[in-house]
Amino acid sequence: MRFERREHRPAALVIATPILAVVAALAVAGLLIALAGAPVLTAYWKILTGAFGSRLSTTETLTRAAPLMLTGLAAAIAFRARLWNIGAEGQFYLGAIAVAATSSHVLAGLPSAVQIPLLFVVGAAAGMVLLLVPLWLRLRFSVDEVVTTLLLNFVAILFVSMLIDGVLKDPTAFGWPQSVGIDSAAKLPKLLARSRLHIGLIIAIGLAFAIHFVQSRTVFGLQSRAAGLNPTGAVFAGVPLARTLVIVAMMSGGLAGLAGAIEVMGVKGYVTTDLSPGYGYSGIVVAMLANLNPLGVVLAALFTAIMFVGADGMSRSLGIPTYIADVTVALSLISMLIAVFFTQYRIRR
Amino acid sequence: MNALVDILASAGLWAAVLRIATPLILGTLGALLCERSGVLNLGIEGIMTFGAMIGWLAVYNGADLWTGLLVAALAGGVFGFLHAVLTVTLGLSQHVSGLGVTLFASSFSYYVFRLMVPVAGTPPTVEPFQPIAIPGLSDLPFFGPAFFNQTPPTYLAILIAILMAYIILRTPLGLAIRMAGENPHAAEAQGINPMAVRYGAVIAGSALMAVGGAFLTLSAFNSFFPTMVQGRGWICIALVVFASWRPERALLGALLFAFFDGFQLRLQTALNGAVPYQIFLMIPYVLSIAALAVMARRARVPQALMQPYRRGER
Amino acid sequence: MSEAVLEISGVSKRFGTNLANDNISLSLGKGEIVALLGENGAGKTTLMSILFGHYMPDSGHVRVMGQDLPPGKPRAAIRAGIGMVHQHFSLAPNLTVLENVMTGTESLWSVASNTGPGRAKLMAISERFGLKVNPDARLGDLSVGEQQRVEILKALYNDARILVLDEPTAVLTNIEAEKLFSTLKDMARQGLSLIFISHKLDEVMATADRVVVLRGGKLVAERKAAETSKAELAELMVGRAVKRPVREASTPGETVLEAVGVTVRVDDVDRLKAIDFHLRAGEVLGIIGVSGNGQTLLAQLLSGTAKRTSGDLVLFGHGVGDLSVADAVHAGIGRIPEDRNKEGAIGEMAIWENAVLERLSGYSRHGLVDRKSAIDFAGRIISAFDVRGGSPTSRIRLLSGGNMQKLILGRNLIEHPRILVAAQPARGLDEGAVAAVHERILEARRAGCAVLLISEDLEEVMALADRIQAIVGGRLSPPVKAEDVDTRRLGLMMAGEWEQEGVAHAV
Repeated sequence: MRFERREHRPAALVIATPILAVVAALAVAGLLIALAGAPVLTAYWKILTGAFGSRLSTTETLTRAAPLMLTGLAAAIAFRARLWNIGAEGQFYLGAIAVAATSSHVLAGLPSAVQIPLLFVVGAAAGMVLLLVPLWLRLRFSVDEVVTTLLLNFVAILFVSMLIDGVLKDPTAFGWPQSVGIDSAAKLPKLLARSRLHIGLIIAIGLAFAIHFVQSRTVFGLQSRAAGLNPTGAVFAGVPLARTLVIVAMMSGGLAGLAGAIEVMGVKGYVTTDLSPGYGYSGIVVAMLANLNPLGVVLAALFTAIMFVGADGMSRSLGIPTYIADVTVALSLISMLIAVFFTQYRIRR
Repeated sequence: MNALVDILASAGLWAAVLRIATPLILGTLGALLCERSGVLNLGIEGIMTFGAMIGWLAVYNGADLWTGLLVAALAGGVFGFLHAVLTVTLGLSQHVSGLGVTLFASSFSYYVFRLMVPVAGTPPTVEPFQPIAIPGLSDLPFFGPAFFNQTPPTYLAILIAILMAYIILRTPLGLAIRMAGENPHAAEAQGINPMAVRYGAVIAGSALMAVGGAFLTLSAFNSFFPTMVQGRGWICIALVVFASWRPERALLGALLFAFFDGFQLRLQTALNGAVPYQIFLMIPYVLSIAALAVMARRARVPQALMQPYRRGER
Repeated sequence: MSEAVLEISGVSKRFGTNLANDNISLSLGKGEIVALLGENGAGKTTLMSILFGHYMPDSGHVRVMGQDLPPGKPRAAIRAGIGMVHQHFSLAPNLTVLENVMTGTESLWSVASNTGPGRAKLMAISERFGLKVNPDARLGDLSVGEQQRVEILKALYNDARILVLDEPTAVLTNIEAEKLFSTLKDMARQGLSLIFISHKLDEVMATADRVVVLRGGKLVAERKAAETSKAELAELMVGRAVKRPVREASTPGETVLEAVGVTVRVDDVDRLKAIDFHLRAGEVLGIIGVSGNGQTLLAQLLSGTAKRTSGDLVLFGHGVGDLSVADAVHAGIGRIPEDRNKEGAIGEMAIWENAVLERLSGYSRHGLVDRKSAIDFAGRIISAFDVRGGSPTSRIRLLSGGNMQKLILGRNLIEHPRILVAAQPARGLDEGAVAAVHERILEARRAGCAVLLISEDLEEVMALADRIQAIVGGRLSPPVKAEDVDTRRLGLMMAGEWEQEGVAHAV
């Protein structure tokens, strides 16, 4: 048995790929649910109703999807240029803590219209800085950025932990390690009253379209795609490789930092070390499920959010550990990899 | 200054170094074995987590400690097989496949653990490995308590390191593994099936990783909790580069690394809160990054690392 | 002919719709040297891969010393005494010579490598055939010629009785090649049987006892070397009389590009050493040399992807310092890269994207790509340069080598550059495509373009170049007029012997 490259990829197959992958992942997850002794179809139904069953759960799902879209975009942009940014989790936290610090200590009192855009910039900048370190190590010392970005996640979270246990500690939190709250003018406007849903979702979707435009229509988009697909060829064609990677890293780290910013400004109002339920890592899955397409990221993030929010509800009523959501999401990454492979190759005997 | 000397002169520090080093030695050797055959295995973090969980769970359910380690090794091998299917047979990106394995293995560990062990106020424990004093040697002043009063898996890890160095550098099998990682086409031309070699190396390497994880729950600690691996897997990946893909240097690297870690733990106590403890906890990760920066260009990377092999394609 | 040690009978192999081997039968006698002659894609390598067990044949079988060889098993082939010397060496640069040779020769489950006896056996073989090597040297530290020696020793170490060599001279100088062939003849005298794959007629005529010609997957002819001629073989190989174009006389114009004492250092080693050349409008300057002597870097320097360490580049009479890719393209330098798949094209991108990537400033406004005019540009290239097998929006990977090269030529030549830097422009193409590429280059020359042709193919340089310089170890010989030299003289130049000959003919 051998694999042979497909000369042509049917468009229908490419579109069907993520759907097949998700179905396969859900099937395996169903097996795990069945092994735990719960009724599988009921479990699926509970996940769906847990995510969309009420106004509260629907808005909760959408609220969850916003940071996932941003971390998903962060991964998609980077991966497309073969920059393996696995550090979105750390960048998320740095963005969040930068926003909390700046809002409470520097910008407090300024009107929302000034403060909110400035804080977006601050959050994004913090994320960028954290990714530029491993990029520099790669360009200067040829250090594989996968490992360095992974390791920096731990450093970043410890750094945040130090701050919220020290200079940025909220004195009114009864000794609990949490940061001071952001200024009230820094809170993001709600999309719907009596919910947590905030304009971060609109921003994330808007950015997805903007990035899609940049990638498909601009000189930079063409060049960064070339740099990712074939660096040698890109250099021969005059693409400035290092500069392209730096810009890609700034966009990617910036998006992850922004995800942290909107989570603080839109939902929590302060920073703790459990601000992110793995948004950075899930972003990788989101990006792969979307086949690195920015518009696909929106849908893939929605799927991931449904799994997480839905599994919460399902777990309460059926006694299945909520971790089933993480398992399903991880499985969908693996099945997506396999599915993409079979859009590119066929089996020959 | 006195505090520093006291720390360095305490047998407790050196005993702790070996203890801290054990999971790193096993994990680094596992990763090294995979990489020597040409496969980067970023599944390590998840595989260590799963090994920690399943080994503990086996013992918690009545198995003896060695059976626990064996169960962990088998489970690690299964995840290694999964990674090999993705990266060797299908030739997918080793980066992404490895992350997929890590995400799956760790979340699956938590899922199984939660399913099997109900939430309780205090986490349930098992009776872990006890230190075994090596007769004679353990009576030596200072060196005895420092090095010869360890739990059996620690001795095992050092033995495996020596064995691995021998196999890789001195046997035909080791040569075949190296050739698969340097030039799989050449291996094939000499009648060796590089895909089979890679499967074997990834499965065996993953088993070692899982045993390294199980050491945490069956020797260093006595219970399992999520996120307990704490990036040790990623540190092992960095240590492989630091060791320039040589098993004997991997052993030294892990020991050196554990020394810094053990030292900072004691320094932290000695300084008594004058410096935030998070600074100390950052040190291992920062050290790993520094080690990578120093060694990345000097190390002799296996030439076919991360390159999928497809028969007849060049 | 003595008894057959190898018989291939009725072998066929199909890849997709392509019949790579069509019912091929051939035999090889003890002590015989057979040349397997054919163009790229004629099926030579496929046939040898079947012989060596890399591929399973769809039908037919192979017999060695009267025994059936089980198909698809490299190990069985090795055990039957077949040794293969690959064109791209199957060696690991990080391992020692001995380790490279001993890989796979012992049971994987034995507890220790028998390096002592292994070393002794290697030394004995190396002594017997005059192939000197240091068994403990790291392979990557050896020269290309020495590496080939290791590749041959590896086969002999496995007690090969039948040796297959795939384009063995592709990486050697004439002198090294001559030495190799005398070694091969010596091996045949000692009872080994050899098959060597080639498309170079000279060496086939000089070395082989018998010549087997493949074309389009079929065995089209079999001749005793003594009873055939180069002309006959050429026609058999190509199937029709394809004539490569030859330059006509012309008068060159003014100097457009000049290098004065240019040195380029990479990793603390001078890879180009104080090179001088001048290139005039309307002429072809050939830079001939065996690969690995600095021509890659020379091409990169002039293409804008490598930087000078010292010396000057003078473009249209002005010193330009270092060229960037954008400078080069903007100044009207057309660039044909050495490796079209790695440098010249981004396989997964569309033809139109590949056409404009290096000249995006002309096909964009305010940072936005002007898709319509870019696709239009690609369309013009496709029709003007007869690129077949793709439309502007299909992926460039789907083009054949020849058509991809036509596209690369087209994107450079369609706007009439003043200078063309062409590195190995016809490498790996079949005869028809070679003729087409050569015709385009001469057409540019007629139009007044100055062409720097970097090549390792003597025939190509002799046919196209007005003047020739050899590149050896990063140094450039003084130029000689093409009319004043023959292949022997060029061979000596490629081996670095131009000082002794004097520079009397220099122009």
